[in-house]
Amino acid sequence: MAIFLNEDSRIIVQGMTGSEGMKHTRRMLLGGSNIVGGVNPRKAGETVDVEGKQLPVFGTVAEAMKATGANVSVIFVPPAFAKAAMVEAIDAEIPLAVAITEGIPVHDSAWAWAYNVDKGQKTRLIGPNCPGIISPGKSNAGITPSDITGPGPIGLVSKSGTLTYQMMFELRDIGMSTAIGIGGDPVIGTTHIDALAAFQADPETKAIVLIGEIGGDSEEKAAAYIKEHVTKPVVAYVAGFTAPEGKTMGHAGAIVSGSAGTAQAKKEAFEAVGVKVGKTPSETAALMREVIKSL
Amino acid sequence: MDLFEYQARDMFEAYGVPVLQGLTADTPEEVEAAAAKIGGVVVVKAQVKAGGRGKAGGVKVAKSAAEAKELSKNIFGLDIKGHIVKRVMVAQGASIDKEFYFSVLLDRSNRTFLSLCSVEGGMEIEQLAEERPEALAKVPVDATKGIDLATALSIAKQGGFDDATAEKVAPVFVKLYDVFVKEDATLVEVNPLILSTDGEVIALDGKVSLDDNAEFRHERESMERDALDPLEAKAKAMDLNYVKLDGEVGIIGNGAGLVMSTLDVVAYAGEKHGKVRPANFLDIGGGASAEVMAAGLDVILNDPQVKSVFVNVFGGITACDAVANGIVGALKTLGDKATKPLVVRLDGNNVLEGRFILEQAAHPLVTVVDTMDEAADKAAEFANR
Repeated sequence: MAIFLNEDSRIIVQGMTGSEGMKHTRRMLLGGSNIVGGVNPRKAGETVDVEGKQLPVFGTVAEAMKATGANVSVIFVPPAFAKAAMVEAIDAEIPLAVAITEGIPVHDSAWAWAYNVDKGQKTRLIGPNCPGIISPGKSNAGITPSDITGPGPIGLVSKSGTLTYQMMFELRDIGMSTAIGIGGDPVIGTTHIDALAAFQADPETKAIVLIGEIGGDSEEKAAAYIKEHVTKPVVAYVAGFTAPEGKTMGHAGAIVSGSAGTAQAKKEAFEAVGVKVGKTPSETAALMREVIKSL
Repeated sequence: MDLFEYQARDMFEAYGVPVLQGLTADTPEEVEAAAAKIGGVVVVKAQVKAGGRGKAGGVKVAKSAAEAKELSKNIFGLDIKGHIVKRVMVAQGASIDKEFYFSVLLDRSNRTFLSLCSVEGGMEIEQLAEERPEALAKVPVDATKGIDLATALSIAKQGGFDDATAEKVAPVFVKLYDVFVKEDATLVEVNPLILSTDGEVIALDGKVSLDDNAEFRHERESMERDALDPLEAKAKAMDLNYVKLDGEVGIIGNGAGLVMSTLDVVAYAGEKHGKVRPANFLDIGGGASAEVMAAGLDVILNDPQVKSVFVNVFGGITACDAVANGIVGALKTLGDKATKPLVVRLDGNNVLEGRFILEQAAHPLVTVVDTMDEAADKAAEFANR
């Protein structure tokens, strides 16, 4: 099963012909993803050879969907053009759009999200500024290395890219149904809660690892959601206990303002609803191992 | 980037938001000259990015240029919540009839913009929100529609303004929203927005935060020069994502989340080793070239507080052999300047090649440790020697 992405996913790449787009199109193909084409209005009609596969380039997302039956788009366009790319994917009503691009102005992301809401959220947006989503053994839409771990019973949702990789690596002998990096920007499409709801409904997922970090209240909301709606075991990790107030820690969204958004508050919110929180990524993985053993 | 008050004032003026005259000064002599130029009653205001300036003695009213000069001598050098006053703004005095509050900001919890508005201004907004929450209107703003005059009027009325005053402040709200959007701000706050005894609406004090991601479409260099501290500015010039902290273990890693986590793991490990703490946040991002690694190590090794360095990399896109070459190359570049022990933990893409390169180089300062927790422990131990 997995969530949001599976063996039936047909992926197009917005910005495929750019250097980042091409590099990761190649990596996704080698990892087994079904890439069916790319989008670049200036190169529409051309065909690109990627690892022996002939990938057609289309002028728009809508055209690409019509011609290839694509149902997933991965966005690699530079920050200045990312808003237009997200809006185009939303207009085409593609079921899943994964925005990898880092450094998008938050006004652009907020605008695109408001636009998606106005349009009735026909498109599930993941990101921006995220590693994307991988259902090991089935498909990979984004920049997560395909070979860290194979399919398994754990669902992973994380704000951070490298911590996603780290956690997949720690639990590589058990494997994952889906690992989804939702991104560390202040405005993102898919949230912790969206992923929790999908993992709860996915029969293949037996337990969930949630990775959060300072800033915002996504983790606190996730804790409240878990209490009401999630019966599967959840283990959490929160990064940023040592972050000082008022300093952005790399991710645009990772900032503690006043008493809001601290790692301590998030940890307490999880523990209050019975979710165990690891002190380090390795300890979190160890907690998940215990959970898996007890199933 | 958070702007100083005077920078916010200048920005407001450029957008037609009514403000009073204000001139910056870095010495008591400059204060005197600025006060003479403005004439009449002036207010000397410390320019620091911290609240509670008035209570700390950072805001003084002067009736003459000479008095302004004298008063400013006690403001320069003042420590306001850890910020030392180096610059003041000399502002034209205002005769206040009423004080209001208005702001527009990014509401990340609801993934939209939010306007906060109250006819009761002047006090700190956190205090107002706590003591009189019913007096503070919180109005969501649709990013695709923004704040036009009709919306601004509605916000003012929800904030408790009477019809006549709402008519006066609404056009100012529209202009402030203009600042918010066109300058890619995440916060535009005016507190207080005043009605003068002459019946004019004036933005008396402002706070603006700008989105760093939007830098590519703005000219912000001169503003940055003034608003960033020297260390932050140096790291920024080298394109490094660096935040100085107060501990002893220097940290370099890839990916914001992993680096944040590394700081935490080092702090835990430090509990057993003389309570050493992380000295900084430094994310070298995806492409960890020798140049970037050298630049990062250079910044960290120049921090006199640093006793040991922990390099923590998980190779996702980045290959560990490239990182290892980066470390070896950086140590070669730095030569005798590299004097502190380095603990390196590599995992992921090409990890064996990476570890092999470090073993071959056998640099006396480098210790390679396999896991993140063990490496943090080692780095903390070195820092405590």
